[in-house]
Amino acid sequence: MPSNNLTVTPSPHIKSPLSARKIMYLVILALLPAGAAGIYIFGLCSLKVMLISIISCVISEVIFLKLRNRDPKTILDGSAILTGLLLAYSMPPELPFWIPIVGGVVSIVLGKQIFGGLGHNIFNPALVGRTFLQISWPVYMTTWKNPKWAVDAISSATPLAKEGARSFSYLDLFLGNHGGCIGEVCILALVIGALFLIFTKIISLHIPASFIGTVMVLAWIFGGEGSFNGDFIFHLLAGGLVLGAFFMATDYVTCPLTRKGKIIFGIGCGVLTVLIRLRGSYPEGVSYAILFMNAVVPLIDRYTKTRVYGISKK
Amino acid sequence: MKKLLHELNKGIFIENPTFRLALGLCPTLAVSTSVVNGFGMGIAATFVLLGSNIIVSSMRDLIPKKIRIPCFIVIIATFVTIVELIMKAYFPALSKSLGIFVPLIVVNCIVLGRAEAFASRHGVVKSIFDGLGMGIGFTLALVLISAIREVFGNGTVLGLVIVKSFEPALLFILAPGALLVIGVLIGIVNYMTEK
Repeated sequence: MPSNNLTVTPSPHIKSPLSARKIMYLVILALLPAGAAGIYIFGLCSLKVMLISIISCVISEVIFLKLRNRDPKTILDGSAILTGLLLAYSMPPELPFWIPIVGGVVSIVLGKQIFGGLGHNIFNPALVGRTFLQISWPVYMTTWKNPKWAVDAISSATPLAKEGARSFSYLDLFLGNHGGCIGEVCILALVIGALFLIFTKIISLHIPASFIGTVMVLAWIFGGEGSFNGDFIFHLLAGGLVLGAFFMATDYVTCPLTRKGKIIFGIGCGVLTVLIRLRGSYPEGVSYAILFMNAVVPLIDRYTKTRVYGISKK
Repeated sequence: MKKLLHELNKGIFIENPTFRLALGLCPTLAVSTSVVNGFGMGIAATFVLLGSNIIVSSMRDLIPKKIRIPCFIVIIATFVTIVELIMKAYFPALSKSLGIFVPLIVVNCIVLGRAEAFASRHGVVKSIFDGLGMGIGFTLALVLISAIREVFGNGTVLGLVIVKSFEPALLFILAPGALLVIGVLIGIVNYMTEK
């Protein structure tokens, strides 16, 4: 139909070659190094967790799409796979097989589909699943496996837990030579993925930079004995900060729209993370911080609305 | 008779206080951790509803409009005190686990809502059926919510273990579980009524 090609539609015209689907697969690609590092560090059990979690997410998405009379082909947009992968990355490597299954179902059904599917969810689905598991089965979710080349086979605390702190060198923390969640331990692999996303312009630096910056500054001020004495490099490298800041807080659906909003969002995440880490009863607060800030995104968006061109302020 | 049955049915299904009116959510969230607690709370609230509806509707012409709310509160508080003392005497364990939420029935918005919206405008017989219906509806909702929370959060029904190897999800016993269960149930009820 040649005449259709000449139809003029009102703006905005989509000029970018990126589609939601392409972005999803590029983010998955960027996450792969961290997964490979997780398998290399903890052994094949982490691959098992990842596969179960992804399969669980995909199956629950297909079932729910059918229930809601939507086209099940929507599954091909890769968002369920990405959710499953992120969920697995925030779980310990050794778990009973049913925990990732429950996590996947909760992530997709309670985290995403109940709100109306991709684009309508208020909270990051993977973090909803992870938080559900963390509260429900705290013992399994905090039993960390040591890297397979570690000398003693007794599972240890993550570096952030009080008793485990300071016994790791920065290099160990950077390369992932310590207990932790599958995808969060190897900072090197995460940074490779994050750089890829930044250079392909899929994520902007606003959220990660303000998030990590706030955590480091606050950890430096309040993290040690007395003030301005904290070990901020430790707070950067330990725990899920890098994974959360680059891959979870930047989720398109659940972060603010404007640049100013993004920076407010990142600072809020950072403040809450440090607050939970230093003063809360959990050793790690990244996931709670991001979920909390997800909840206030509509508010942030409302107060950072950009001025419409040509219209005066009041 | 048909009209009276309608008043009864209204409280249980059409205007279920928890799922349709979303009233009395505070005690619902707090006490629905086990079926025993939920049922006890429901019965206590039903008794208060029934009593306050009867007295309010029979005194509706005597109570001056301007100070009706304090009058209702006094009537409701009387029945709450009766319930509280009976519960303390005969069900001390239940009274302990419900704690502050029994005295708080005084400010339960279902009870006050029915007094204000129904009993002060209708006759005694109608008000009895309205109170019964609302009370049964509230009790059923509480039992349903607390059954779900007890099964998933504690692995038990009425304190009995169902499957030994089942590992309960702590979340359902804690506050977020209550909010989740109520939210999902309200969603299901809305979905079903829309059809």
